[in-house]
Amino acid sequence: MIKRDLVIIGGGSAGMAAAIEAKKNGIDDILILEKDSVLGGILNQCIHNGFGLTEFKEELTGPEYLSRFANQVDELGIEYKLDSLVLDVSENRLVTYSNAHDGVVTIEAKAIIFATGCYERGPGAIQLAGDRCSGIITAGTAQKYLNIHGFLVGKRIVILGSGDIGLIMARRMTLEGAKVLCVSEIMPYSNGLNRNIAQCLNDYNIPLYLSHSVLRVEGKKGRVEKVVLAAVDDKMKFIPGTEMEFECDTLLLSVGLVPYVSLLDKLHADMSSTRGAKVNDQLMTSIPGIFSCGNCLHVHDVVDFVTDEGRDAGRGAANYIKGLSNKQKHLEVKPGNGVSYVIPQFIETDLNNDITFKFRVRKPIQNVFVNFSSGEELVHKVYKQVLIPSEMVMIKISKEKLTNVKDEIVVSIKERE
Amino acid sequence: MKEFTCIVCPRGCRLKIDDELNVTGNSCPRGAEYAKNEVTNPKRMITSLMRVKNRENCVVSVKTSNAIPKGMIFQVMEEINKTGVNAPTNIGDVAISNVLNTGVDIIITKNIK
Repeated sequence: MIKRDLVIIGGGSAGMAAAIEAKKNGIDDILILEKDSVLGGILNQCIHNGFGLTEFKEELTGPEYLSRFANQVDELGIEYKLDSLVLDVSENRLVTYSNAHDGVVTIEAKAIIFATGCYERGPGAIQLAGDRCSGIITAGTAQKYLNIHGFLVGKRIVILGSGDIGLIMARRMTLEGAKVLCVSEIMPYSNGLNRNIAQCLNDYNIPLYLSHSVLRVEGKKGRVEKVVLAAVDDKMKFIPGTEMEFECDTLLLSVGLVPYVSLLDKLHADMSSTRGAKVNDQLMTSIPGIFSCGNCLHVHDVVDFVTDEGRDAGRGAANYIKGLSNKQKHLEVKPGNGVSYVIPQFIETDLNNDITFKFRVRKPIQNVFVNFSSGEELVHKVYKQVLIPSEMVMIKISKEKLTNVKDEIVVSIKERE
Repeated sequence: MKEFTCIVCPRGCRLKIDDELNVTGNSCPRGAEYAKNEVTNPKRMITSLMRVKNRENCVVSVKTSNAIPKGMIFQVMEEINKTGVNAPTNIGDVAISNVLNTGVDIIITKNIK
């Protein structure tokens, strides 16, 4: 049996950052397993700029951002295998992967980091009504066809969902000569970044219909011919008489991302409402020695934060391999009023100087306090002018404030009086 | 008084600018500069693809070295689309210098061996 100290599943931004940080923390025997033929994950197809503002204080394109980390992986001599798909992970940390050169191989690892990213919800997930014709495609798939392979998937486009990939693709396809007729969003607000609404839609006069969704898709001859939108009420029910018809050949879906965790599911790791695993302050899952970070833990808005979380997991795994991360306590961290999830879900070690709590609010809200309370005691309180669901909130709390906390911590939103 | 969303970074501040070009709502100096440009001479970065001539079915990603006038976006796209490059390419290589006399170059953003 081949033995390795650390096996990292996924060579995207989270996986590369985890590997680099583990190496810097004294772990030399590292292997990254990547299913694609290049490192970098989704960044390879994100050719637009805007990456790296926190990390490098400059605005890079996806390929430029990933190359900085891929270069470091090479410089540090970290081993990686491309075109290598992980087939199985067991509770006692056996990783089985397969590629054309090695065949099927099982490795025994001291620690494993999941950095497997996320996948796009498709037409089935939103119960899209109408004909099942060709031309219904997720925005990320259209992005891969265009930016990696050079194929434009349609000429007249309707986009459902105002997530960032959909907005970015609205601009990208317009630049390549397609006509993007509109973007439809079922919620009364967009889940994309404000700047993407400005620079991807407003710049090209592409209308955004909020509180609208697809009533049906028509395409009897095999390809999308028409998309019918209608307004929805506050219970998400279609309002009769508000139908709008768009003759088009393609419907792009940008209706959400879900952590890709099928292997962790199979291990029966404790899972959170993010659909990712529950983790402690070292980003370790409920299974000892198995860590999770990046978009497979929770879907991020900005790659810089993925990188940072990858580093946290790399450090956590290094601590574990070195035998430093014995659990001294078990404090649960829970979402309270107005909060949809909080990471980490547990505090179990005293290894961090500070702990950064990451969470999202359930709906856009203004002029509020974020309260970290434990029983009757208020551990920490921060004022926030605006909080929106599409922006992950990060709040750092010092070790001193947390050492005396004995009971579970609840993170909640309270309106300022 | 004009109001718009800053596109300089993902933060997306709500900027206000008055007739004397006083900017409010920005969180950084870049936002103030953006607001002034936006009312006098709006500019945008473009990212796109270029054909790689000596490889089969291959494209390489490119960007403008700086923002170009907003009104020239589609003219610059035409220049990008009619130009090809040869592999190997390196990040930072200039694919078109001074595109349409804008003073801006088209730069390769991906290494292709």
